Formats: sequence, structure tokens, C-alpha cells
Amino acid sequence: MAQAATGGHITAEVLRGNPARLRRERRMRRVFFAAALGSVVISVAIVASLAGGAADFLSRVQLSTLWSEGWFPRRNLFDVKTIVAGTLIVTGIAMVVAAPLGLGAALYLSEYASRRARRFLKPIIETLASVPSVVMGFFALRVISPDLVQRLFGSDVPLFNLMAGGLAVGLLVTPLVASVAEDAMHAVPHALREASFGLGARRRATSVRVVFPAAVSGITASLILGVSRAIGETMIVAIVAGGTGGSLFNLDPLQGGQTMTAAITALATGSDQVRGSGPAYPSLFFVGLLLFLITLALNLASERFVRRVRRRY
Amino acid sequence: MRVRDAAVRATREEVRRAISGRRRSPSETAFSLLLFLALAVALTVLIALLLNVARTALPVLGDRGLTLFQNGYSSLPAKAGLKQGLIGSLYLMVFVLVLAVPLGVGSAIYMEEYARDTKLTRFINANIRNLAGVPAIVYGILGLALFVELLKPLTGPGPVEGKSLLAGGLTISLMVLPIVIITTQEALRAVPRSIREAGFGVGATRWEVIRSHVLPNAAPGILTGSVLAMARALGETAPLIMVGAATGFLATRGGVLASLQQAFTALPTLIFTYVRKPQPEFQDLAAVAILVLMTLIFLVNLTAIMLRNRYERRW
Repeated sequence: MAQAATGGHITAEVLRGNPARLRRERRMRRVFFAAALGSVVISVAIVASLAGGAADFLSRVQLSTLWSEGWFPRRNLFDVKTIVAGTLIVTGIAMVVAAPLGLGAALYLSEYASRRARRFLKPIIETLASVPSVVMGFFALRVISPDLVQRLFGSDVPLFNLMAGGLAVGLLVTPLVASVAEDAMHAVPHALREASFGLGARRRATSVRVVFPAAVSGITASLILGVSRAIGETMIVAIVAGGTGGSLFNLDPLQGGQTMTAAITALATGSDQVRGSGPAYPSLFFVGLLLFLITLALNLASERFVRRVRRRY
Repeated sequence: MRVRDAAVRATREEVRRAISGRRRSPSETAFSLLLFLALAVALTVLIALLLNVARTALPVLGDRGLTLFQNGYSSLPAKAGLKQGLIGSLYLMVFVLVLAVPLGVGSAIYMEEYARDTKLTRFINANIRNLAGVPAIVYGILGLALFVELLKPLTGPGPVEGKSLLAGGLTISLMVLPIVIITTQEALRAVPRSIREAGFGVGATRWEVIRSHVLPNAAPGILTGSVLAMARALGETAPLIMVGAATGFLATRGGVLASLQQAFTALPTLIFTYVRKPQPEFQDLAAVAILVLMTLIFLVNLTAIMLRNRYERRW
């Protein structure tokens, strides 16, 4: 159009373009940049709110109560080792379930299943991944605890116990471990498998000695992600782990206990009672900060492992 | 010479053994069965879960019928229903659609189409991936500090003390934002460079290329990601509990806008409330709510899969 006005000659005016279009271009760019900065703002807000509340908590509490006999916010006992131990027990049990199940499923899907079987089996894993954690908590309370834990370990085990929580969290984390590990195994170049078969190795040797080591950083990443997810899992432990009001320091998985996440929800659901000048309410920010830092460290570690796979192939 | 003969003979022997040997060794079969067992356990759990829920829920559904969906929260199990939870969950999906999807898509467009590979870009990208790994309950704490306490005059003046639908919707939207960004980034990355270059070649500006070429081609992927984010928002409980959805009330009169500054609830929080009640009738109601929630999530996921299959394009 502009060209027609200048009689077909290309002038500097034409090359500069339509100022209205350029203005709109600059405006859209600014809009999208602002949207991209949104995620940074969220991170800053998370850190600020956690750190602010945690500092408030630490300024109000006697530091000796952070290492006492149990986690009872209403009695001003904030024993960190109680909730960390509860979290570690649940996470440990969860990984004992999720690591073999997840990696086994991944290896089967990646190395053994025919294409048709994969098309049928992968949706099962994906459906299991979409089960909300509150539903898994219900299942833990109604089935896993009475029909599995109490039957295996005797009926003197209380209905609310860390073992049932850990098993359910493990089942919830399994699909995550399976899908990340399967991606890593899938990314192993076919040439490596063919070389192994060419040397006469069978499928098991190829899977265990070639594919598994080649995918080991992705597999490690899947396990770290699983741990991170298990530590942050909330609803299952809030329902079935049995630490609603508080808990004594406890290392027995067959007893009730308190995890970091369950402690936070207990404080929030009962916050009308605990809110006030006491340190109980701000303690949830302190626990949240602890949780955030642990999962952040784990996620960064898994990221590093994933990047190692990407660089290699 | 003799060494070579020996080597040839050994090789020949090895090959003969390999060819005539049994194809299936017991240990091979056992190993593959063991791996399959892992999948079978996952399948069994899923079936057991659904069976248990259905066995508890279906008789109640048969007894109460539609009144379950017409009644709201009540402390009497015979009167309590799911209506408010259902509506609350739908409202939360609207929030995700209106807030998280545009913000997430915009952010992904900047990262993929505009940003050069600078330190800032890499930082933002790493930050997004870390946000995706932050536990849901931490978003709940953020919502509690930011929307419930700091912005109380906006989110809920009066008796709700900030624990309103607005606070819940904003919190959930922030939580699913990284999912929307990451899936959109992947969808944009899958659009071939040649399509953009064709647009630039005829003199289009970057935004014009994005609007008329990149976005239409990436739309199925973006849509799938948004639907998955909504499924995630449907099932998430912990952040809603943090911003005060535990009570189970929702003002339904007058639609979303009138409810914004009022107390709210959603299906998963209703489940949590009912599960913790001592009366067994409430446990049955929880099972019904789970059945409804799982059906909803299943339908939403199915929509995502169908969208992906229908519009997916290979370049």
C-alpha cells in the first residue's frame, strides 16, 4: 500500500513500517513480558510470606521449645524433630512402595510392553495419577489401614497410623516416579539396545545392564521428585496419620504421628482457636518455610540430574 | 594359526549354542512377570479404590437420589448434600479459566517467542519449573498470608474475614499457573520455525505472526494444558483448607459475582469435612462426593485426551 503511494519505489519511509503497527508490537511485547514476570512475583511473594511469618514466630517463641518432647502448638511446644521424624517416616515408607512399583512399571512399559499393550497400560498409570489426594486419604482410612495394616500387624495397631499414610502416599507418588523414569528410559538411544542384543544379551540383561545405567540420572531424578512430592503431600496424612491435635515424638510407624504438612493443616483448620497473640498461628509459616526449603533443594537436585541426561544424548 | 583356528571353533560353538538354545529361559520370564506385577499392583489399587467408593456410594445415591444435589451442607447427615461443593468447584474452574490461562499463555508466549537467551530468561524459566514443584499446601500458606490477611478489605470484608471465594480462586489460580505455562511452552515449541519465518517473510510483525500463525497452530496443545490445569484445580484440597474452605458453606444466590466476597467450599474440601466426622452416614456422603468428583475429573481428563487426539498435528 505504502509502496503504491511512492510509485513502486522502496524508500526509507516504507522500510520503517507503519508506526501504528510498530506501537502495537511494542505494547504486546510489554504485556507478555509483564505476564512472564508474574511468576517471579509469585516466587517472591511465597518467600516473603513464609519468611515474614517464620520470623514473627521465632521472635515470639522460646527457642528451647523447638527441641522439646512433642508438637503441641496449643501448649507452646514446637518440637521440630517430631514433625520432621513423622515426615521422614511417611516419606520412607512411601518410597519403599513407590520406587519398586514405579521403576518396575517404567521398565516394563519402556522395554517389554508391545505398542498395543502400552496404549492400554499408560492410561491406567495416568488415571492413577489423577486420583486426588483427598480421595487417596479416604481410601487409606477405609481400606489400607483396616484391611492391610491392621491385618498385617495386629489389631492393636490404632486406625490412625503413619504406616497407612506412608503406603497411601507411596501409591499416590508411584505414577509420578513411573512416568519420569519411563521418559528417561525412552530417551536412551536405540543403538545401545541393538548393540547389546547384537552381543547376544537377552532382554533382561539389556534392560538391567544397558538401559538402566544409561538412564540412571533420569531415574535418580524421578526418585528425588517422588521424595519431594511425598514430603509435600498433605491430605492423606491429615486424614489418616493421626496427628490432629498434636503428637509426642514418635519413631514407631505403627503409631499415630505428626508430619509437617499435617501440622500446618491442623493449625489452619483450628486457626480460629489458636489465632491471637500466641506463637501457635505463626508457627504454620515456620513449618511452611521448612517444607518449602526442603522441597526446593530436592527439586533443584532432580533438575540437575535431568539436565545431565539431556546433555548426553 | 592354531590360535585363530581355536577362536573360529569357539565362535562357531557359541553361535550354535545361541541358535539352538532355548529361546525362553525361566529367569527371563520371571523377570518380565515381576515387572508386570508392578503395573498390576497399580491397577489393583485403582480397581479396589473405585469398587470401595462405588459400593459405599451407590446405595446412598439410590436412597437419596437427586436431593443429594439439591441440598447444601448440613450438620444432619440425612439432610446434607453436595450442591454447594459442586457449585464451588465449578466456580474455581472459572477462576482458572479466567485468570491462570490468560496469564500463563501470555507468560509462555514471552518466554518462547520474544525472550532472547539471556540470564534473566534462564532465571525466569528455572523459576517457573521450581514453582511447579512447590507443594500445594505452600500455595495455601501464600494465599493465607496474601489474600486472606493482607488483602482482607478486598477479598472479604465482614464476617468471612478474607476467607472468601475470591481468596480461594486466586490461590488455586496461582497454583496451576506453572502447569499452564509449561504446557503452553511445549505447545509453542512444537510449532515449526518455518511457519514463523513465512510470516516474517511477508512483513508481519512478531505479534501478527503469533496471533495469526503460531497461536492457531499451538491452540490444541494450549487447550489440552488448560483442561489438565482445570482437572488439577478440581481435585486439590490443601490450599483451599488453608484459605478457609473447611466450613462447607457457599452463598449460591446471584452467581459468581455475588459470591466472590462470601464464604465458599468445594467438592474436595467437602470430602475432607465429611471424612473427619464421626458419624458413619457422613462417611457414606464422602463416598458419594468422591464418586462425583472422580467422575468430573475423569470427564475433564477425557476431554483433554480427545482434544489432543483430534487436533494433534505432526510436522
